[in-house]
Amino acid sequence: MSTGLSDNEIISRVLRGEQNAYAELVNRYQGYVFTLTLRMIKSREDAEEVAQDVFIKAYRSLADFRGESKFSTWLYTITTTTSITFLRKKKLDIHSLDDEKVFETADNRDSGFSANLVEQKSRVGMVNQAIALLSRDDAEVITLFYKAEQTLEEISKILGLETNTVKVRLHRARTRLKDKMEKHFSEEVKAL
Amino acid sequence: MNKEFSNSPPSGGEGGIDNRIWDFIDGRSTAAEKSAIEKLVESNFEWKNKYHELLEVHQLITSSELEHPSMRFTKNVMEEISKLHIAPATKNYINNKIIWGIGGFFITIIAGFLIYGFGQVKWTSGKSSGVADKYVDFSKIDFSKLFDNNIVNVFMMINIILSLVLLDRFLANKRKRFHKEA
Repeated sequence: MSTGLSDNEIISRVLRGEQNAYAELVNRYQGYVFTLTLRMIKSREDAEEVAQDVFIKAYRSLADFRGESKFSTWLYTITTTTSITFLRKKKLDIHSLDDEKVFETADNRDSGFSANLVEQKSRVGMVNQAIALLSRDDAEVITLFYKAEQTLEEISKILGLETNTVKVRLHRARTRLKDKMEKHFSEEVKAL
Repeated sequence: MNKEFSNSPPSGGEGGIDNRIWDFIDGRSTAAEKSAIEKLVESNFEWKNKYHELLEVHQLITSSELEHPSMRFTKNVMEEISKLHIAPATKNYINNKIIWGIGGFFITIIAGFLIYGFGQVKWTSGKSSGVADKYVDFSKIDFSKLFDNNIVNVFMMINIILSLVLLDRFLANKRKRFHKEA
């Protein structure tokens, strides 16, 4: 249940000792954090474990959040560092755009995972799968712009890049996403 | 989904149609640019096709939702954090005054050695404009009497080491206190 309080108000309450208020922040940002971790760690189970770890780390370091940036921006930095640490520990590769195994995985997922068929046929499932086929950088910028609803200026702060560079990266990422949808989901696209 | 999406023409260059239309869709075009693009989309077939194609991609991505973890996610996090405490803010136990104090301490030592070094130079042996000699006569200051003494040197070295040990203990105690309070 949403309390209608701003992020900073909730954080102040948590810092004053109202630990339960933190649940509201977890509810608000669990989708955001989980989506970001899932973009980097392809297994849902592992991504969920890492997402939990992100919220635990964020809670421990909450006193360091000065409110100068958005809470989501601060959370993003914890998410990426935690995900990268996890991947290093597990010695997993961060999948890239040209990684053939990614396409194989995606193809297998399309043909064999019948329980998820309804979702696959929906726009949501298709776009999410197409984003999963993008490189980490492309998926990151699309997720931040569309799903985390960050402005180009905010994304430039998060990624430490010039706003114009982010803009170009976003344009390219969208073009690549369109290409991926045409290549891998042309039938679904026609059916919509 | 229209046919233009699946049979899309090659996309424009870096500063071409694509980028201008994306700026228009994102609401980042200037008023003049916006008006110009609206006219182009109305009158030019290529622009019209491209606009609808990109708008469709934009709407598709916008319609997608965030992935969601399991139903127990929040409960799991809350169970974990119930065993934890919020760590004190880093800025509280890293006091700027202490950092400046340490910096000042080393600057003083360096300055002291420099003064001593310059004091050893025989200023009278070179050509002089006479201005420095008029006000300060470094050659008359005998720094060697102050520093050329083993007991004094050892005493100073012990002082430096002791001050560093004390500073370390002071910082460690302060950090412990913050952890206890948290």
